[in-house]
Amino acid sequence: MRFCRLLAALAVLLCAMFLSPARAEGVDAALDRFLADSFAETEAAIGGVAQSGAPQAVAILQALGERRLFAHPASRGVFWRDAAGTAFDARTGLPAAMPGDAVVIRLNNRLRNVVQAALGTMTLLSPDPAVRLRAAESVFRSRDPAARAAIETAIAREPRGEIRRVLEEAHAAIMLADTGVPESVRIDAVRRLAETGDTEALGLLRQMLGPTAGPLRAAITQGIGAIEQRQQFRAAAQTVWFGVSLGSVLLLAAIGLAITFGVMGVINMAHGEMVMIGAYVTFLVQEALRQNAPQHLDWSLPIAIPLAFLVAGLVGVAIERGIIRFLYGRPLETLLATFGVSLVLQQAIRTWFGPTNREVSAPSYMSGAFEFLGLQITYGRLWIVVFTLVVFLGLLIVLKATPLGLQMRAVTQNRRMAAAMGIRTRFVDAMTFGLGSGIAGIAGVALSQIDNVSPNLGQSYIIDSFMVVVFGGVGNLWGTLVAAFTLGIANKVMEPFAGAVLGKILILVLLILFIQKRPRGLFALKGRAVEQ
Amino acid sequence: MITLRFVRFLEGRGLVFLALVAALVLLVPVCNLLVPPGSPFHVPTGMVVLLGKYLCYAMLAIGLDLVWGYCGILSLGHGAFFALGGYAMGMYLMRQIGTRGVYGHPVLPDFMVFLNWKELPWFWHGFDMFPYALLMVLLVPGLLAFVFGWLAFRSRVTGVYLSIISQALTYALLLAFFRNDMGFGGNNGLTDFKDILGFPVQAQGTRVALFVITGLALIGTFLLARMIVTSTYGKVLVAIRDAESRTRFIGYRVEYFKLVVFTLSAMIAGLAGALYVPQIGIINPSEFQPTNSIEAIVWVAVGGRGTLVGAALGAVVVNALKTVFTTGFLAPYWLFALGGLFILVTIALPRGLVGLAGDIFARFGGAGRGPTRAEAGQTP
Repeated sequence: MRFCRLLAALAVLLCAMFLSPARAEGVDAALDRFLADSFAETEAAIGGVAQSGAPQAVAILQALGERRLFAHPASRGVFWRDAAGTAFDARTGLPAAMPGDAVVIRLNNRLRNVVQAALGTMTLLSPDPAVRLRAAESVFRSRDPAARAAIETAIAREPRGEIRRVLEEAHAAIMLADTGVPESVRIDAVRRLAETGDTEALGLLRQMLGPTAGPLRAAITQGIGAIEQRQQFRAAAQTVWFGVSLGSVLLLAAIGLAITFGVMGVINMAHGEMVMIGAYVTFLVQEALRQNAPQHLDWSLPIAIPLAFLVAGLVGVAIERGIIRFLYGRPLETLLATFGVSLVLQQAIRTWFGPTNREVSAPSYMSGAFEFLGLQITYGRLWIVVFTLVVFLGLLIVLKATPLGLQMRAVTQNRRMAAAMGIRTRFVDAMTFGLGSGIAGIAGVALSQIDNVSPNLGQSYIIDSFMVVVFGGVGNLWGTLVAAFTLGIANKVMEPFAGAVLGKILILVLLILFIQKRPRGLFALKGRAVEQ
Repeated sequence: MITLRFVRFLEGRGLVFLALVAALVLLVPVCNLLVPPGSPFHVPTGMVVLLGKYLCYAMLAIGLDLVWGYCGILSLGHGAFFALGGYAMGMYLMRQIGTRGVYGHPVLPDFMVFLNWKELPWFWHGFDMFPYALLMVLLVPGLLAFVFGWLAFRSRVTGVYLSIISQALTYALLLAFFRNDMGFGGNNGLTDFKDILGFPVQAQGTRVALFVITGLALIGTFLLARMIVTSTYGKVLVAIRDAESRTRFIGYRVEYFKLVVFTLSAMIAGLAGALYVPQIGIINPSEFQPTNSIEAIVWVAVGGRGTLVGAALGAVVVNALKTVFTTGFLAPYWLFALGGLFILVTIALPRGLVGLAGDIFARFGGAGRGPTRAEAGQTP
């Protein structure tokens, strides 16, 4: 019975909102009705305020519901106090002094419901999508049958798909929770919930499982199963995405190493510092833009990429010409000398830029996230994955389709024969090392977006990078790609049940064991190249 | 006759080295305990500890030189064995604290009480007994090296691959020991030691005694290493370093030779770590830092690898430099100096200080002899 009365009240309200001439009445006329001190007039006043469109309407109705709305018939004033106790004039919405003899406007239970429904409806129909979404979610949680009519109206008028979905879920939740409606309607509601619902819908279904029986219970059980299955699938997809994201970072860090170590056979312990140099170039470019052309700040990354390539590449060429060329054929010495270079570079950066982290902000197109098949995907990560693949393909093209790439491969396969064919092997060595270092610099641009730009940036990637290259098989770019994504995904798969640190340890141990089994990596080079 | 053979066994520079260490062992206690503090010949206790630390590093360097200088295995994970030995000793020292900890628990070390643990984990049992702890100091690093080497050498992981996975090994251990629930004090490690064998660790007498023991251990290690490299076994190690495949074709089981020397070297490193901890008074996971292991490599390179004496000399020289650099206004330049040293030594001084000294002696017709090019191991 109560429900029918509420429906009637809502119907009146909705009619008042959309059809009645009261629409033109304005907030003043509606407020006048509060002064009459009669429940019927108050109800009309609620309707009037609700559809007046006045900016203070929500505050007025909330105050009314919480006994903070006062009438002062003598001066025809209506006032409300906010939670802090400040008084406002309901007609203007501005703070005002309230006469001492103003009285609280009384409500009965029925009117209280009308106020709640009106509030729900107002927020459900708010022009602000965020407010609408919040209102829909709160209805879903309260499952207040009084809101049903308002929800139905809102569904019909809702322009945005994702909010309509929440509204429909809320509607289904109301129908399911309502023991008064026919069982077939409730089963239908379960089906609708199971189709789109997430954790909250799952909670609701589990809660409803207790007091039900028969076909409804069967439907709920089925619905729970469907949601759980979807959630498992989504969790797996999320893990894979995180793994791909981590894998792309690993690939980015390792890909330059795949050139210097993989193709040239030079152990470059200063590789991480090339990444660091790239990150600091990004920082400098951003600072320069911030000071000279702040409106073009979004261009910092596109400018930084070629610059980082050049700077890191030049440093690489300098290292090759100055140190590494004396050490060809002595890999262990190369390792030590480049480690020394890495210490010097780190300390140089620390001296110039200080030991603390430098702030590199994300450009607008890299911030934010979107939802895809129920997965939260941040633009930053997506760009890094795309960027990594572009760099990888670019490198492949350089190696396979340019004269320089051809000469590089010739020199690495047979240095003396290449020299006999007229290739300037020393020049090619320097260029190869410069290319690998430059790519590391580019990686630094991307990593500056997700990691701290500090003198230690390179250190944190060097061991992982070596692992990736060794795992993939030295001298094989595709191996590096497969290894990076395998390690990334394996890391993320292990993380939930082993913890981040233990997962990493496990991966390292597994890698050590793997190298025992296949000392030359996943995709080992065959033939004479194996025997150095 | 025996003396003559002994001298020949040591070579000239070995004799000089032994004499130096023996002189230190004799003179430092005298200059510390008997010479009054005002005298210019007095050695302050802080200096004794510092020298003791250098001698521990020298032991580690000799162990490293055995595998790298003589067998060509560039291990970037020897810091892990050093730290494991240190942890074993640290566990003994922790158990000696007894009820004198902050929480006063009779059995559990403070950090376990803090973590709300109720009983001692199984791997902590027995560490209240010194002989057991001493056994573990040698056994744990040795066992790890044995398993690691067994897997690596059997499948012929060589050269830089071995270097990289040994680095991964110490990195994995670093991460593991940082975890609180490993039961080794996590981030803070083991510290606040009170007694060793009933003597207070902080006391001057104990510190001098520890220094003397370290010096004697260094002499013992050197003699052992010298015995190894002059034996037939040592010759095979050098053969493996210079031409592994050829040695294998001749009929030697290369992997066993490598395994023995690698395990032995890890045990030496563990012993060095165990002597290091009571003198320094703390062991924490940062000892597993991969950079520590690489620094140890540079000691050997600076001194001259494949010479044993050079390795020990390099450890002392580089660490003395480090002390000078990091305790003054030069501190920001230490990494420049260390990095420069790496580059300089590999490019300009491939045979290290001992090699340089040998060259100088040879030019002026001196009796000393530097390592030959083959000895220094020009091949990778």
